[in-house]
Amino acid sequence: MFEYAPAPESRSVVDIAGSYGLFIDGAFDGGKDGNVFKTVNPATEEVLAEVAAAGPEDVDRAVAAARRAFGPWSALPGAERAKYLFRIARIIQERSRELAVLESLDNGKPIKESRDVDLPLVAAHFFYYAGWADKLAYAGFGPDPRPIGVAGQVIPWNFPLLMLAWKIAPALATGNTVVLKPAETTPLSALFFADVCRQAELPPGVVNIVTGAGDTGAYLVQHPDVNKVAFTGSTEVGREIARAVSGTAKRLTLELGGKAANIVFDDAPIDQAVEGIVNGIFFNQGHVCCAGSRLLVQESVADELLVSLKRRMATLRVGDPLDKNTDIGAINSAAQLTRITELSEIGASEGAERWSPECTLPDRGFWFAPTIFTGVTQAHRIAREEIFGPVLSVLTFRTPEEAVAKANNTPYGLSAGIWTEKGSRILAVADKLRAGVVWANTFNKFDPASPFGGYKESGYGREGGRHGLEAYLA
Amino acid sequence: MTVTAAAELSDLRSFLHGLPGVDKVGVEARAAALATRSIKTSSKAKAIDLAIRMVDLTTLEGADTPGKVRALCAKARRPDPADPTCPPAAAICVYPAMVKVAAEALSGSGVHLASVATAFPSGQAPLEVKLADTREAVADGADEIDMVISRGAFLAGEYTRVFDEIAAVKEACGGAHLKVILETGELATYDNIRRASWLAMLAGADFIKTSTGKVTVNATLPITLVMLEAVRDFRARHGRIIGVKPAGGIKTTKDAIKYLVLINETVGDDWLNPDRFRFGASSLLNDLLMQRTKLTTGHYAGPDYFTLD
Repeated sequence: MFEYAPAPESRSVVDIAGSYGLFIDGAFDGGKDGNVFKTVNPATEEVLAEVAAAGPEDVDRAVAAARRAFGPWSALPGAERAKYLFRIARIIQERSRELAVLESLDNGKPIKESRDVDLPLVAAHFFYYAGWADKLAYAGFGPDPRPIGVAGQVIPWNFPLLMLAWKIAPALATGNTVVLKPAETTPLSALFFADVCRQAELPPGVVNIVTGAGDTGAYLVQHPDVNKVAFTGSTEVGREIARAVSGTAKRLTLELGGKAANIVFDDAPIDQAVEGIVNGIFFNQGHVCCAGSRLLVQESVADELLVSLKRRMATLRVGDPLDKNTDIGAINSAAQLTRITELSEIGASEGAERWSPECTLPDRGFWFAPTIFTGVTQAHRIAREEIFGPVLSVLTFRTPEEAVAKANNTPYGLSAGIWTEKGSRILAVADKLRAGVVWANTFNKFDPASPFGGYKESGYGREGGRHGLEAYLA
Repeated sequence: MTVTAAAELSDLRSFLHGLPGVDKVGVEARAAALATRSIKTSSKAKAIDLAIRMVDLTTLEGADTPGKVRALCAKARRPDPADPTCPPAAAICVYPAMVKVAAEALSGSGVHLASVATAFPSGQAPLEVKLADTREAVADGADEIDMVISRGAFLAGEYTRVFDEIAAVKEACGGAHLKVILETGELATYDNIRRASWLAMLAGADFIKTSTGKVTVNATLPITLVMLEAVRDFRARHGRIIGVKPAGGIKTTKDAIKYLVLINETVGDDWLNPDRFRFGASSLLNDLLMQRTKLTTGHYAGPDYFTLD
C-alpha cells in the first residue's frame, strides 16, 4: 500500500495576532462596548484569535465613514479606481500563500482548495472588476450609470475571502463604498484583507469591516444610511433581510441556499461524471450553496455508476486541512456539524440507505465522513432540504422528461449539472432547467466573467460578470 | 471480406464504440489534480525504490552495440554499485538482434528480458515478418515481447485485423509476456485510446503500453489514466489483471511519482508492483538513483557519481 507521509503546509507563513479590532475609516480599533468573541480552528478547536463584536454604535461609525468616503471615491475617474483594484489584486497574489493558510486555519477547508481555487479566484475577481471600472458607460446600463452609495454587505463562512471579493470588487469598481460583515466563525481573512487595503493605500472609509454575529449584520442591513444591501447566506436569514428592507429605498440582492440536481444520462463519460459528482458534493466539505447535492442518475447506468462512485469515495483523504494531500477538511463549526448529523439521521430513519467509506476521523475538531444516501425519493427530507455538508442523495430517473421534472421539483434553483456525450441533449435539457447556473460535463467551476445567482428560494440578483455590475449601479 | 468477417467486425465495432466516452477536459483535469499530490520523506523513499523496480531499462538505438547492451544489463542488475540496498530494475528492453547478448548478460539475475519485436517502431511489415521477428526474439531468450499495433489499420476501422494480429503475435510469444504498444500519440483521441486498450486486452495482451518513444507525443498522465481505467474495467468484467506501461518522455523522479499516485488512486494496490506496471525509460533510472542518494545522504551527488549505462 502506498501511504502518503504527512505533507503539511507551514503555519509560520501567517502571523495571527491575539486579538483584532474593527476596520473603520482606514484604521483598526476596538469595539466601543468592548465585547469580543473567539474564532477557532475547526480542525483542532484551538482558539485562533479574539475579535471585536461590533455594536450599533460601531456600525454607525462604519456607515458614517463609508458615507464620508463615498463623495470623493465616486468622483474619481474610473481609471483611478481601477488602479486601486489592480493594486489590491496584485497584493493578494503576492500574499496568496499567507492568505490561503489563514483561510484554511480559520475555515477548515483543505489547503489545496484555498491555495488552488479560492485565492486565484479572489485575485481574478479584483482583476476582472478593475477592468470594468473605466468602461461602465459601455456595460449596457445606460450612458452614464451612477453608483448607489453605501453598500452594506453580509457574507457567509464557506468561502470567506472569495465571497468578500464577489461583494467588494464590483462595489468599488462602480464607485460605491462598503461596510462588510464577515461571518462570526470566519472573520480573520476579512481583517487581513483590511490590511491589504491599507497596503494598497485605498482611501480611508472606502472599505470598512465590522465583525460580529447575526445582530451586527441585522443592524447593518437595517441602517438607514445604507443604500444597498447584499447578502449571501441561508434562505432563512435572507427572508428576514428581505422583510427588513421591504418598504425602504434600499436595493437588495440575495444569494441563498440550493439543492442542485446533478443529472447523469446513460451515455455520459462515466469516469469523468464520477469526478464531477465528487467535485459537486465533496468540494469544500459540501459547504457550497451550489453543491450538486442531489444526484439524478439514469436507471440503466445507476448500479454501474454507484460502484464507481463508492470506489472513488474510498480514495478521498479526510483530515488535517493544512496537509497538501487532504481532499476533505473539517466542518466549519460545531453547530453546522450538528445540523449535518441530524439531517443524515433523518435520512436513515426515513428509509434511505446510508453509506460512507471507511475513514478514520481525527479525535478533536468537527468532522463528518463523506456520505451518500441511495434509494432516495423526492419525498425524503434529505432530497428537499439543504444539508450544507458532504452528504449526497442519489435518485434515479428513466427519461429526460422525468429528469427535468425531478430536477426542477425543489424550492431552490441555484445550479444544476448535466452529464452526457450528446451535445443536443445538453442544450435541450439546460433550456428546461430552472437554475441560475447549468454546468455541462463539469461542476463547480467559477469564473469572474460568468454571472452567478438563483431562481426561487435561491435568491435574486446576479454576482459576477457584466450582470454583477447592475446590482451596484443606480 | 467474407460475410462472417464483416459480422465479426461489426460486433467488435459496436462493442468498442459502446464503451463509455472519455471527456477530454475532465480526464486532463483529473490527471492534473493527482499530479499535485505531495509525496515526501518516507513515502518518497518507498516510491523511489518501487519505481526503480518498475523500470524497463531501455536502449533502442540504431547504434546499439553488444558492449552497450552488456553495460546496461550490468546496470539493471545493480543500478547503484555503491549501495547494495538499491533494488534491481524490472527488465532490459532491446531490439531482437541484441537479445542473445542480453540473455547471457542477465542470466540468473531475475531481471526480465524484453524485446521490441513486430517491426518496431512503425509496425509496417507483413504479418509473417512480424511473427518471425517475435519467434526469433523468444527463441533467443526474451521473456517479454513489446509489439506495436498497426495504427493505420486501427484508424481505418479495421479492428478485426488489429485484433487478429495481436492474437497471432500472442500465440507466437509462447510463454513470453506480451506488451501491446498502442502508440497513443498517433491515436488522436482519448476515445480511441480507450478502444485500442480494450481491443488489445480482448486479443490477449498481458500489458498495454503507451508508446514506442519514437513519436512526438509519448506517455502522458491523462493517457495513462485512461489506460488504467480500461484495465480496471476489464478486470471487473473478465477477472484478468492486465499490466500498464507508459513509455517515452518519463525522465524525472517527480514524473515517475506522479504515475505511482495515479495508479494508487485509480486502480490501487494490485497494480503497484513490477508485474503490473512498468516504466519504459532510459534516463529515468539515474534521476531515481540521484534522488535516492539525496534522501539517504541529505545532499545531491553530481551525475558523475552514477554510471552512464
